[in-house]
Parts: sequence; C-alpha cells; structure tokens
Amino acid sequence: MRSRFQQGLDDLKEKLLRMGGLAEQAIDRATEAYRSRDSKFCQMVLTGESAINEAERDIDELALDLLAMQQPMAVDLRFILAVLKINADLERVGDQAVNIAQRVLDLISEPEIELPVDIPRMADAVSTMVQRALESFLDGKAEVAEAVLQMDGIVDRMKDEAFVVLVQKMTGDCSCTRQALDVLLIARALERIADHATNIAEDVIFWVRGADVRHGGAHYRE
Amino acid sequence: MGVGIEVRGLNAWYGKNQSLHSIDMTMPANHVTAVIGPSGCGKSTFVRCLNRMHETIPEARAEGSVKVGDMDVYGSGSDPVEVRRRIGMVFQKPNPFPTMSIFDNVAAGLKLNGFRNRKQLQELVERSLRLAALWDEVKDHLHKKSGASLSGGQQQRLCIARALAVEPEVLLMDEPASALDPISTSKIEELIFQLKQHYTVVIVTHNMQQAARVAELTGFFLMGSLIEYDKTEKIFTTPADKRTEDYITGRFG
Repeated sequence: MRSRFQQGLDDLKEKLLRMGGLAEQAIDRATEAYRSRDSKFCQMVLTGESAINEAERDIDELALDLLAMQQPMAVDLRFILAVLKINADLERVGDQAVNIAQRVLDLISEPEIELPVDIPRMADAVSTMVQRALESFLDGKAEVAEAVLQMDGIVDRMKDEAFVVLVQKMTGDCSCTRQALDVLLIARALERIADHATNIAEDVIFWVRGADVRHGGAHYRE
Repeated sequence: MGVGIEVRGLNAWYGKNQSLHSIDMTMPANHVTAVIGPSGCGKSTFVRCLNRMHETIPEARAEGSVKVGDMDVYGSGSDPVEVRRRIGMVFQKPNPFPTMSIFDNVAAGLKLNGFRNRKQLQELVERSLRLAALWDEVKDHLHKKSGASLSGGQQQRLCIARALAVEPEVLLMDEPASALDPISTSKIEELIFQLKQHYTVVIVTHNMQQAARVAELTGFFLMGSLIEYDKTEKIFTTPADKRTEDYITGRFG
C-alpha cells in the first residue's frame, strides 16, 4: 500500500522534472532565437508548447489521484500541493517562452537595429533561476531555493532598466518603435519567468520546511 | 457544559510493564481532542486512566494527577463511581443491553443512580436520544424494540445516548466508529462535532482522517509517551517531530 504510494510520489516528481526540462528548453530556444535571429528556433518553441501543456494535464491528474486515493498527510501532502503549484508555474513559463518566440518572429521581420539592452544576459540570469529552482525541487534543498529568491530582485532591476532605455529610444527615434516594443515585451516575459522561478522556489521551501515564505518573511503555522 | 481536563505526570502500569510515561496534557473544555498512535502506544490506556477504568483490570494501576474541572480524579476522597458518571465512555464495539428496550437502555444508568421520577426520566431519555441524533429513528418504538434490534450505527448512537443520559461533563470515545460502515461513521463524526457544544470530547482513533475531520487538537502517542500535541491542522500539515511525521505519513506504525 505505502510502497505503491511512494512509487506514485516518485512518478510525480519525475514527471514534474521532465516538464521542467521542457520549460527550460523552451526558454533556451527562445533565447537562442533572439541571439541568432533564426526563426527555426521560434518554431521549435511554438511546436513544443503542446508537450508542456500535455505534461501539465498529466501531472494534475496523477496528483489528483494520489490525493483522492491515498489521503496523504504532512510532508507528503505538502509535496503534492507544491507539485500542483509548480506545475502551473512551469506551464506559464512555457507560455512566456511562446510570447518571446512570437516577439522574435516579429523582430526578425523588421530591419535589425542596435538597441541598448542586453537580452541574452537577462535570459541567462532567468534561465539560471529556473534551473536552480528545479534543482532545489529535485533534492528538496531549501537553501538552494532561498538563493533563487535572492536573484529575483536582480532580474526585476534589469527589466526596469530595459524599460527606461527602450522608452527613451522610442521617444527619440520613432522609426525603431516596433523593434523596441518587441524587445520591451521580451524583457517583460523574461521577468515574468523569473517570477515563476521565484514561486517554484517558495513552493519548495513550503514542501521541505512547512514555511510559507511568500510575500516576504517566513510564516510558520502556529 | 463541558469542563477542561488537566493531566500531569500520569504514569500507568500493567503489572510490571509501564505503559504510560509522565503524560502532561491539557484538554480544553468543549473541544474535541483526538489521541492517535500505533497499536500498543498507550492511547487507550491513557483515556481509560481519565475515568479510572484502567484500574478495573487486574494488576493495572495508575499514578499522577488528573483534574476534570474541579474534580481530582485520583484525589484521596475520589469515588470511582462518581468519576465515571461525570466522565462517560463509549467503546469500539457497540454494547447495548441486548434484551432491554431502547428506552430502558438509555434509562439504565439513571435508574441505577436511583432516579425514579417517570416524567423526568422520559424527558431525559428523549433529550439523550436527541443529542445522540437517534430520536427520530426510534421514537415510535422506544418500548417495543430491543437494543440488539438496531443496526450497528444505531446501536453505537444508542450507547452514546446511554452515556449522555447521566449528564456527564466529559465524553471519552475509544475507536467509536471503527466497527461501523462509512455512512454510520459520518453520522457519528457529525454527532461528535455537535456534542462538543455540551461536552468535552476525547476520542481515540486509528483512523487519522477521522482525527483530522473531528478534532481540534490531536496528541500523538508512541511507546507510552506523548510525542507531540498541537492543533490538529498543525499535526497533519506540519508536525514538529519527525516521529509524528513518520507515523502520519505511514512510514512506520
């Protein structure tokens, strides 16, 4: 009975990690599309989305079955709740990668111009956050998850800076408005992905420590 | 109204085997407290010490302090009969008096206590059966049907009515639903929830989901010791002790 339950928990973890791999791949491909201005990568992101969506459904279903059939408690219950929330975050990461791919398709249909924003650097930081968040989930390492939380502020600042310089650029030279807007939306999508990585890290901390660290501070159940 | 229970330094033995080790536990009035733990952990012994049922077993004894409201259960002047009147108990297997009518089953404890006023007796029987959520099902054949003619779930509610008839302040329940089907179980659980308005309830259960459903506080016993005692939500979502977590997640026990 219990070993079957343990098997179910292991399956759930493996499925979520595999989905995490798909989400990471989507970010990397979208970033590569931006770097190389190669629409082939955009197409890969767009076609890859359905696999992520399917994984989301699959994970939800297994989690629901485990809740209904096994009535898990304590750390197991927290684990399944964390999986359900991380699952939704990873699906949103996939959506944001699609948003980036669509903006890149638009960008490469326009003349290439120099813009004072380092999207690849921002994408690296974001990708690292997602990787670390998944790593913390893999090993149940709350301290790795904490490091992810620290990184979110950096990405937020990058997006704010991008916003300021791109608005300046658009105001000064309206011939580049379309490209600047695309890049601005890409920066925003990256920042959203960082938020999802943050959520994942918070859910890992909840699973491992039973503490709610959302919205600043640690809230332990009285 | 229920009264609080305060247990301090409670130890219990069966012969030379110590089955409870220095239990300190406070159960607030008009709350449901669940006692959980693996077989042989001392949870049944613990509740049986609360109304001095433990000592009815040969060679069994208990030491320590149990206060139920203003009553010192193990105090020098304490009378076990009075203790058990004020602290009612319901057992795992429904045990109505099989040949007595439904009415007489409920009235038995009152009659034993010398209660003779017929009208008052009738009132108390009705009140107890209503409190036990059985009245509507049996009111038309109170004197015609015997206790044994009822279904298992009804028999258990009859036993609850019988316990309530003598107007206790505390109700102890030792696995009250473990022999019942799911419908009867949910009736008993709903009843427990209602009863806490009038009584303090302590329930021993093997069924953790049941503890989670009915109790506000839960204590986890292991090898005769109280390992962890906290709000039920806390115990079942974020227990502080690794042993509690291992038990409620089925990793041992």
